[in-house]
Amino acid sequence: MEFGINPLVLMTFFPLVGVLVLVFLAPQQKNAMRWTALGTSLVTFAISLWVLFLFDPNKADNLLVQIPWFRLAGVPIQILMGVDGLSILMVLLTTFLTPIAILSTWKAVEEQVKGFMIFFLLLEVGMLGVFLALDLVLFYIFWEFTLIPMYFLIGVWGGKNRIYAAVKFFLFTMAGSVLMLLAILYLGLQAGSFSQPELVANRSLFASMQLLLFLAFAIAFAIKVPVFPLHTWLPDAHVEAPTAGSVILAGVLLKMGAYGFLRFNLPLFPQASVQAAPVVAVLAIIGILYGGAVAFAQKDIKKLVAYSSVAHLGFVMLGIFALNPQGLSGGILQMVNHGISTGALFLLVGMIYERRHTREMSEYGGLWKAMPIFGGISLVVVLSSVGLPGLNGFVGEFTILLGAFGSKIFGSPWFAGIATLGVILAAAYLLKMFEKTFLGPITKEENKSLKDLNLREIITMVPLLALIFWLGIYPQPFFNLINPAVERLVQLVQSAALVLH
Amino acid sequence: MLFQEAVMNSTFSLVPLVVFLPVLGILLNWLFGKRLGEKGIGSIASLAAGGSFVVSVLLAMALVQNHEGAHIPLFTWISVGNLDLSWVFRVDTLSVTMMLVVSGVGTLIHIYSIGYMHEDVRHQGDPNRFRRFFIFLNLFIAAMMILVSADNFLMLFVGWEGVGLCSYLLIGFWFEKGQGGLGNAKAAKKAFITNRIGDFGLLIAIFLIFWNFGTLNFAQVFEMVPAVAQTQPGVLMAITLFMLLGVTGKSAQIPLYVWLPDAMAGPTPVSALIHAATMVTAGVYLMVRTQVMYMEVPGAQQVVAWVGAITALFAGLIALGQFDIKKVLAYSTISQLGFMVAAVGLGAEVAAIFHLTTHAFFKALLFLSAGSVILGMEHGLEAGSHGQGIHHTNGSSHDDPQDMRNMGAIRKKMPITFIVYLIGALALAGIAPFAGFFSKDEILVAANQGNMPIFVVLVVAAFLTAFYMGRQVLMVFFGDARTDAAKQAKESSLLVTVPLMILALLSVLGGGLNFPGVHTLEHWLEQTLEIPHAAEFILPIALGSLAVALVAIFLSYLVYGRKPLASAKAADPLAKPLGVLFRWMNQKFMVDELYQAVVLTPYKKLADFFAHPVDQGVIDGLVNGMGSLTVSLAGVLRKLQTGFARTYALSIFVGIIAILVYLLTRI
Repeated sequence: MEFGINPLVLMTFFPLVGVLVLVFLAPQQKNAMRWTALGTSLVTFAISLWVLFLFDPNKADNLLVQIPWFRLAGVPIQILMGVDGLSILMVLLTTFLTPIAILSTWKAVEEQVKGFMIFFLLLEVGMLGVFLALDLVLFYIFWEFTLIPMYFLIGVWGGKNRIYAAVKFFLFTMAGSVLMLLAILYLGLQAGSFSQPELVANRSLFASMQLLLFLAFAIAFAIKVPVFPLHTWLPDAHVEAPTAGSVILAGVLLKMGAYGFLRFNLPLFPQASVQAAPVVAVLAIIGILYGGAVAFAQKDIKKLVAYSSVAHLGFVMLGIFALNPQGLSGGILQMVNHGISTGALFLLVGMIYERRHTREMSEYGGLWKAMPIFGGISLVVVLSSVGLPGLNGFVGEFTILLGAFGSKIFGSPWFAGIATLGVILAAAYLLKMFEKTFLGPITKEENKSLKDLNLREIITMVPLLALIFWLGIYPQPFFNLINPAVERLVQLVQSAALVLH
Repeated sequence: MLFQEAVMNSTFSLVPLVVFLPVLGILLNWLFGKRLGEKGIGSIASLAAGGSFVVSVLLAMALVQNHEGAHIPLFTWISVGNLDLSWVFRVDTLSVTMMLVVSGVGTLIHIYSIGYMHEDVRHQGDPNRFRRFFIFLNLFIAAMMILVSADNFLMLFVGWEGVGLCSYLLIGFWFEKGQGGLGNAKAAKKAFITNRIGDFGLLIAIFLIFWNFGTLNFAQVFEMVPAVAQTQPGVLMAITLFMLLGVTGKSAQIPLYVWLPDAMAGPTPVSALIHAATMVTAGVYLMVRTQVMYMEVPGAQQVVAWVGAITALFAGLIALGQFDIKKVLAYSTISQLGFMVAAVGLGAEVAAIFHLTTHAFFKALLFLSAGSVILGMEHGLEAGSHGQGIHHTNGSSHDDPQDMRNMGAIRKKMPITFIVYLIGALALAGIAPFAGFFSKDEILVAANQGNMPIFVVLVVAAFLTAFYMGRQVLMVFFGDARTDAAKQAKESSLLVTVPLMILALLSVLGGGLNFPGVHTLEHWLEQTLEIPHAAEFILPIALGSLAVALVAIFLSYLVYGRKPLASAKAADPLAKPLGVLFRWMNQKFMVDELYQAVVLTPYKKLADFFAHPVDQGVIDGLVNGMGSLTVSLAGVLRKLQTGFARTYALSIFVGIIAILVYLLTRI
């Protein structure tokens, strides 16, 4: 690079500049802190757009940076980072959602603003690192690193049960990661490298162990996604997390799990992936239907949205393990869609929580009348989550289900056929939520005088709404970013499947 | 010659405007509507719909010159692997016929709504919602146009669910009203979810089409149908039947019709436009569009024909036992849609589209006139309660302005409404020379030639149609005024009555579209469709069906006309002689209750069971238990277990670092 610095490195670590500034601000300069954090995250977003500009979807290793770091038991560990079609949208999602989440804290976070913003920016570094790292140890460090700021965001700025939720979040993820760490160390020692591309090329060296290795990675990632039955940390974490934390948790952190499958499980252990696909698909379908049913029974809006994530990510997993272009591309796009729609839902829940300090649906009713702008925006977001054609959610869901329906790996249309029932359940629980909160007469006196959204809140929502429509009507530019990488992955897995048969 | 062709092609490329004009209307009203006032809002929305109509007319004129039509692509939508979808508009005689109906009737209803909603928003107490109504109405036109002009299955599906959304929004337009304050909202939700069940079927059909045909584009799929029918008849059977599930949702057929009667919670122009004239015919359109598929699987055709015929009969019976003026029309709509579906099953697609068109005219007319009656009754109610302080208790059926028992003698108060209503009723009943006579007759002829049992069922349904319409007209317009509201009813304004007159004219002349011997519509549609049997006019059947209708009307006169209801509380004269049967008809054969008991309640219980004992109990307990087991097995953590959460977290982190350091020092 003629600039002398790799844009990926610049982007990943740029939030640290903000952290540095924040450290020197006095505790009472709350607004300066907010603007610093917002400004930093916006610059990071701008850098990510520059990365997008430099990005070539047809290349497997864009903007590769490779710096030797240290050796672990004789095996070199490198700062190895690059971006491809699997990660580019995840990176953009991260840099896009972070400023929005920060903007949502303007009024919501009044205590220890400095700490909050520092953790938030550190979290961004960790998330970007996870999506860009191509060295397994580096990946693992970033992966674990994201836990710490999130742990504190929930544990310090969360609700009543925040400690329980934070610990549960931490322990669940850790439990999975330990196995992954063992698998990573085994891989490194066995193949003499921690570099993902090299390991993919030399995967015959550990092929005999691949089912176990697949499992070790899969458990770590499945907890994060979360895949049924490892999901119970999620509702607790969401209910207790502050709004901005929920937005990032649902929007980005969960995607790290699904991304892990794409980056590591499929290319490193293709045969095992093919063998495990029906099992994963069954769990994904259970997630879709069970998550939908449990969401339907919730009385707390945030819990409902949390369980809807279990269902939506079930679709993502189903698409990924369909192991054909439609399933995979649809899955990746749906990760973005879920980030946008569910992120937006959590923002909306946060806005009403700031006004009424409750999330019980029974406390509301008739809000569309009291807050027409809020009602209209919520309607669009709910419909996007329902998967209404013309909006973003549909494009992902349809492509996934279409792929899964014809997946040779599943070998039967029944998987997708049953999963499609999920679209009915989604309409049932989301419209029930909309009815209980927004429709009907205003029954509670407190709700009559609620103030509609202010300008800052509208500005937080507008970019999300724009993407909801853009991705629904003209998603092709996004698919163009994903498709070449997906094609390569499909070829790799399919050649492995041939070996298998 | 070349020049003419160029002009034609450029006309065809106007087709996206049928969608974009209503969208423009939405944007204008959304951005500026607040400043424009009711007249401005209504004009913009009506002009947008009218613009679509003008474009449709231009397209039709271009099609007269060039029967081939055109495909007008906009841009790529989804392209992944071998899936390649674009936004493409299709101009052919079938799609343009639908466009003409949708935008034509749509425009009239827009104009009518300016007058109707002016009253309604005041009656309901929220004048600010006027603008929202017209935005939704334009949105509906846009979605419906996407549906009928789509050139592939998925774009059709966008319109398909898009109109479902509009239906949801408009049924729940007064979302704080209805039974218990939530009645309308619940009706809206019911419509959306019931339709989603149908959409599930349509989606599965689309998946099957893609993986067996390799494409979702109409032309390519239809071309391959005969080949697929040869090699995989089972697949084609599955596709057509799953598609039928979608049709039963959207076009309100058994078993998914239950949402349509509740949909009457929407303002009356919505009932006319969406729930009678246009949206609900989308299922019929879909089957006509995919005609080649159904033609290859006679088994599926049989199923379609029977679903339609039984729905026609069943809904006709229920209509007979209703007292709400709109509910009667709603069940009548279900019944008439049954006729159209049956026609498709019988291979009489032209007859189906013919009946679809005439039905759009006279059913829109009937609903809008019913709306006019309701407005008149509301007037009377208000005048009455202000005037003499007569008893006016909220919620009693006595002042329900939609209950026909509260009406009577309206013809004297609202003469224009009466005449147009009568025309609509005669057209629906199938009295010559009104529109419905010709279109229904074509369906009956097809049944007579194709399937005798279905013919019999349809004739009985036609008898019921004429009977319940006779009952309705006699109850509403004749006899004595049974309440003060009816006594003081007032004729509606010109903004309301002029669209009624136009629709009445269309209901009189609509039969001419496919007049026996000339068959304009058939020759128009044969450019697009395959016509297995040319329509025939068989005099005995025509006379027979006319006789059946006349007898039914005469019978209804004997029951309801000779001795009108004495008071608003009097029982229906049929209640006694029919006994249990009448109660069942009145209770809609308890189908809603059945679904409630068999589907909804169990699902709720199951969801609660999953949410609490299972999720919070078993699964959480199990995984938590495993978690603590892991923790206790990790010796380092065991010792550091202090009960403080942060120490916990820290200890784990320290543990990881320790492992790394250990490995590093081994170098």
